[in-house]
Amino acid sequence: MRISEHPILDFNQGRGAQITFTYDGTSINGFENETIAAALHAAGIFTLSHSESGRPRGIYCAIGNCSSCMMVVDGEPNVKVCVELARDGMVVRTQETRGTLA
Amino acid sequence: MIHIDLLVVGAGPAGLCAAQAVGAAGGSVLILERGNVPGGQLVKQTHMFFGSEKQYASYRGFDIADILIDKLKAMPGVTLKTNATVLAAYDNGVWSAEIDGAYVQIYPKAVIVATGASEKSTPFPGNDLPGVFGAGAVQTLMNQYGIKPADRVVMVGWGNIGLIVSYQLLQAGVNVLAVLGRSGKIGGYLVHASKLRRMGVPILAQHSVKSANGTDRLESVTIWQLDKNAQGIPGTEKVLEADALCISVGLSPLSELLWQAGCKMAYIPALGGHVACRDEFLRTSIPNIFIAGDAAGVEEASAAMVEGQMAGLSAAEYLGYDIPDLDAQRQDCLAQLNSLRHGAVGERIVAGIKSAGL
Ligand SMILES: Cc1cc2nc3c(=O)[nH]c(=O)nc-3n(C[C@H](O)[C@H](O)[C@H](O)COP(=O)(O)OP(=O)(O)OC[C@H]3O[C@@H](n4cnc5c(N)ncnc54)[C@H](O)[C@@H]3O)c2cc1C
Ligand code: FES
Repeated sequence: MRISEHPILDFNQGRGAQITFTYDGTSINGFENETIAAALHAAGIFTLSHSESGRPRGIYCAIGNCSSCMMVVDGEPNVKVCVELARDGMVVRTQETRGTLA
Repeated sequence: MIHIDLLVVGAGPAGLCAAQAVGAAGGSVLILERGNVPGGQLVKQTHMFFGSEKQYASYRGFDIADILIDKLKAMPGVTLKTNATVLAAYDNGVWSAEIDGAYVQIYPKAVIVATGASEKSTPFPGNDLPGVFGAGAVQTLMNQYGIKPADRVVMVGWGNIGLIVSYQLLQAGVNVLAVLGRSGKIGGYLVHASKLRRMGVPILAQHSVKSANGTDRLESVTIWQLDKNAQGIPGTEKVLEADALCISVGLSPLSELLWQAGCKMAYIPALGGHVACRDEFLRTSIPNIFIAGDAAGVEEASAAMVEGQMAGLSAAEYLGYDIPDLDAQRQDCLAQLNSLRHGAVGERIVAGIKSAGL
């Protein structure tokens, strides 16, 4: 969920232009200058990939350190979506295990 | 291929202040920051800082980031690049980076590594479930991107980060069900804990997580009481219906580049993990490599800024820049660091730094 009221920060001003991308085929609205992970969390999506054992994975550090957030973006696997900015028209998919190169 | 006098890795408070010290001496500096915005952890810190005037006390973290960045903009020799990750340090003195998606080789005469630290995790069943976050991750989602990550949160760890992020969760309208601490005494400053108490958040001493429960994502958290040996006491379990569990059990320095460069390293628990050995002016065992901030040992932003200045002075000296009041500036940095490192936590850090001496 997006925060609209906050005692210190004003989020109604600073968000960039609205963009749209797909997540496993579903359309997701986000903003320029926010990460793919941020847009997905705003939409209530927390599971980004599955490990070898099939367990679900989500973000842990959100700053590019831990590799817990890897998804397939425009066909490229192992993209850390906590630091990759969302762009209009992107195709984002849940990553199953290690991902394969096309 | 880039030839440059000084490469600064990381644009957190340490890297920005390091660049400022060298820029002020008229040096040419390239700061590379892998994030989309400069400022490091400061950009998500909405609370006011302690410390003294020199470390911007009573400013909020994100305002300090803006002040530091503006100062650099006025320095013609300093270039700051975001979306620029330093990848590796080679033993022939070449550093490589990915800048805006392109691979680049850099030949710096000197390097300051100010990469910061990463959040630790802690072992319990279910700690890999989506909904189990580092406390800093939740802070990033809330304060940088304006996204409420959950409705009902359990916080593990009551150091300053655990306490501050709990308070910021309340500000974002999130219910904090409990803050858990392993020991018998609150780890962070009492001012932060008191704010939470006043708002009715239970702060539970000698408590920990037994398990995080859920199938596709976190649905509940089982907590339990710990005995004198920090072992869970069967029969004391409570299940809290939470949709997020925040872990704040400390940070460990990001020191990969220093390992690669061949710096002499040491494992110092009081500094958060492996750090490069250094002298009091933050020179490592390799004459042209310097360290500052959390990468040199996990502390606070105030200390990171002073360390940045100190490392910058050492790099400027190495590069042969003229700094007329070098000794006075160094003594001033040492005095500031001394006054920041007070109390039990400060003593531990001072002892840690001593063991990490060259
Ligand atoms: C949740 C939280 C709350 C905190 N609250 C406070 C507080 O209230 N008061 C206080 O004084 N301190 C606080 N701190 C601590 C403070 O933020 C840190 O001590 C301080 O930011 C450290 O500064 P730094 O410059 O060393 O590292 P950072 O601020 O972490 O900056 C390091 C930068 O380096 C970049 N980087 C890393 N690796 C690379 C690479 N290979 N290539 C390019 N760039 C790279 C990172 O992206 C980052 O921007 C808090 C920390 C956290 C996590
Ligand atoms: S969540 Fe840690 S790298 Fe993305």
